[in-house]
Amino acid sequence: MYYKYFKMEQYIFYSLSTVAVFSALMMVISKKPIHSLLYLLLCFFTLAGHYILLNAQFLAIVHIIVYAGAIMVLFLFTVMLLNLNIKGEMQKPLVARIVAVVAGGLLLVALVGLLKGMDSSTGIMQTDNQIGLMKNISNTLFNEYVLPFEVASVLFLTAMVGAVMLGKDESKV
Amino acid sequence: MVALIPVLPLLSFLIIGLNYKRINKNLTSWLACGTVFLSFVLSFMAFMQVKSSGVNIEIQLFEWIATQKFSVGFSFLIDPLSALMLLIVTGVSFLIHVYSIGYMSHDEGFNRFFSYMNLFVFSMLILVLGSNYLMMFIGWEGVGLCSYLLIGFWFKNTDYNNAAKKAFIMNRIGDLGFLLGMFLIYVTFGSLDFKTVFSLAASYPVGSTVLVSATLLLFIGAIGKSAQIPLFTWLPDAMAGPTPVSALIHAATMVTAGVYMIARSQAIYVLAPFTMNVIAIVGIVTALVAATIAIYQNDIKKVLAYSTVSQLGYMFVGLGVGAFTGAMFHLTTHAFFKALLFLAAGSVIHALGGEQDIRKMGGLRKYLPITFMVFLIATIAISGIPPFSGFFSKDEILVHAFAQNKLIWALGFFTSLLTAFYMFRLLFLTFNRTFRGTSEQQHHLHESPKVMTIPLIILAILSLIGGIIGIPEIMGGHHALQQFLNPVFNSTGETLELSHSTEWILIASTVAGAFIMIIFAWVRFYKKNIIPAPDTTPRSAIVQLFIKKWYVDEIYNVLITKPIYWLSGFFHKVLDVKIIDGMVNGFGNLAVWTGGKVRYMQTGNIGFYLSAMVLAVVAILMFMMI
Amino acid sequence: MPINNYIVLSSLLFVIGLVGVLVKRNALVVFMSIELMLNSVNLLFAAFSVYHNNASGQIMVIFIMVVAAAEVAAGLAILVLTYRTNHSIDINLLNTLKH
Repeated sequence: MYYKYFKMEQYIFYSLSTVAVFSALMMVISKKPIHSLLYLLLCFFTLAGHYILLNAQFLAIVHIIVYAGAIMVLFLFTVMLLNLNIKGEMQKPLVARIVAVVAGGLLLVALVGLLKGMDSSTGIMQTDNQIGLMKNISNTLFNEYVLPFEVASVLFLTAMVGAVMLGKDESKV
Repeated sequence: MVALIPVLPLLSFLIIGLNYKRINKNLTSWLACGTVFLSFVLSFMAFMQVKSSGVNIEIQLFEWIATQKFSVGFSFLIDPLSALMLLIVTGVSFLIHVYSIGYMSHDEGFNRFFSYMNLFVFSMLILVLGSNYLMMFIGWEGVGLCSYLLIGFWFKNTDYNNAAKKAFIMNRIGDLGFLLGMFLIYVTFGSLDFKTVFSLAASYPVGSTVLVSATLLLFIGAIGKSAQIPLFTWLPDAMAGPTPVSALIHAATMVTAGVYMIARSQAIYVLAPFTMNVIAIVGIVTALVAATIAIYQNDIKKVLAYSTVSQLGYMFVGLGVGAFTGAMFHLTTHAFFKALLFLAAGSVIHALGGEQDIRKMGGLRKYLPITFMVFLIATIAISGIPPFSGFFSKDEILVHAFAQNKLIWALGFFTSLLTAFYMFRLLFLTFNRTFRGTSEQQHHLHESPKVMTIPLIILAILSLIGGIIGIPEIMGGHHALQQFLNPVFNSTGETLELSHSTEWILIASTVAGAFIMIIFAWVRFYKKNIIPAPDTTPRSAIVQLFIKKWYVDEIYNVLITKPIYWLSGFFHKVLDVKIIDGMVNGFGNLAVWTGGKVRYMQTGNIGFYLSAMVLAVVAILMFMMI
Repeated sequence: MPINNYIVLSSLLFVIGLVGVLVKRNALVVFMSIELMLNSVNLLFAAFSVYHNNASGQIMVIFIMVVAAAEVAAGLAILVLTYRTNHSIDINLLNTLKH
């Protein structure tokens, strides 16, 4: 029974990961911005799936609401309203692109190489932990992290005011 | 109280020097001459004390350099030798100061002149009083500096400035030898103090290399300071300074510093016979060469300058043959009559309003009677006619030279003949027969004021009777000077082995020769009234050589001055401008060039920045992993 | 699930996002790539919080989301402003800082 669950988890994990990576790649590669948007949306959903796999329930829901529901919509609005869905032929010079890919590749190698020598048997996570439950999270949030919580609200206020100020049409004043 | 002797002139220098624009001329005169007179009085008291008690006065003012390995005190030593020098320096300086009040009275740099003169007296006193080589060197340098300041006193004239520079540079060349000698002495004996060095040196064998080297090096210093060959060309050029300067510095005191130094170091010089030979040879060659040049000079002061060089040569001959007392004796008498000659020449120049060419003088006897009288006395003294002072001192040196080396005696004898000749030539051409100058000068001829003539008279009296202190035994006197200086020169090297008859013959021949030359000069310049020809007349080769001063200046110019100028030009054009400036400017240019290249990194393109950031992060990670 | 898997996944997503930032010229796509990078870090934080049984990781994720939201709001406002002047969202046109 146990063994079966393991396999199931791994299976889900790998399939979700594949879709995530694939959609991320497509987002970077595709020519039209709308397509990038949509691929990113798909990526976010897979990430939400990952959160659920980790039993981080609160996080998964909030992720969907905030990212997929708010931020992506914001992007979509911008694209639609400013009519930015041009099939951009604007491309960076080849040298820059190659340097970027090489740099990124090197970074990947570096980051993954840090894992070398680490025992892969250690670090097994259990999937039936209680840490992701809303009760526990809110317990920690409001007991230990109450100040950042309050400051975050101020941050939101600032961002809202800033966005409105920036978006104001000066000529009409 | 002994410390006051140099300090008084120093104070006077400071007071006059710091206020030289505002101070009253009268006050300057009183202050300058007064302090020197007080120093003279104190020196006299110290002299009497040393003479009567026979004990040297030693005072240490303060510990000057006090390190573990090397300590030198600022200390004074008054023994018979320095007491004698003190008297000469302060006495003659005082007389010349008084004379200068009259001579420089119309000069606008009056105060400056007296401040420099007092500084000079101070330095000379330090030189004489010092009880170790370092103190002597301080004074040595100080008098060199004052010589430069005073020669170039009328600094608005470039030629005078060049003469001052020449004097200073040649002095410095000699000073290098002095310094090296001091180093060698310190390294060998571990101290620079006279007493220590001389007592330690007694244990060294005669002719040991280190002593010979040290004495030779010190002698090089004396060559520079006392104008011997090859460093003598500065002295005639130094006549560019005012006449009192020539009298004080270049006749009586500074140039005798070299003689004093060697006399002081007698203990180590008698242990280095090779150096003594060198000294004697250099001295006699200098004396001879200078005398030959003097015969054909037409400027009063230049004749006297070459005469000084020649007499200094005599003093060095005296040192070289072991007649230390004789050299000091000649130093004393020479101070008297040479200072007198210079001051009298100054009187003549003053009367003629600046004329120095003797071909334009003549017949001044009736206009300047006192000057003529003192000049005559001094000329007789320098020619070595008894009973004037010069006879005794010169004779002592010649007698000792005869005992040591007949060739040196012969050359010295010949040189004294020449001395008599050119000095009387100078006298006759200047003072006798008819006046050859312009009528305007003739109107202005007047005897000098009393403040100038009284020192002349005092010096004349001293030149006359000064020989008393050194009358040798064969003439009945007991050589007072020798007995006085006995403790300093433990006269081991001075006893003569000549028989009395030999001595008498030598003396007689010298005097006779001098008389013959005087008569010859009288005939030529008085009776026949032969005036020296103008400069452009062609002469025979030997005469030309003498007139052109043996071409020494020209040789120096080619051998030394031109290469040094070339080297300096090379250093300037190539090294300084191209290399050093190039490097410094190059750094600046490098910074600018680098900036110009690095500027292209600021593309303003964010993507470029980000790529760079990522690469940097990768690099850091790699660095941390490896 | 061994923690290594999450680390590798997160790095992969991060690098892809990074390459997107460096390669793309469209400002919007650059923004989206930045969001992708932030998300990959979110995932890693959550994974580590489960690994260490510590809720702080997930709280960090909440705050990151807060910041990301605020940043998108402000950034898009600026984007709109630049669109008004340049009439294009090509980031190569934003080079007035150049020498």
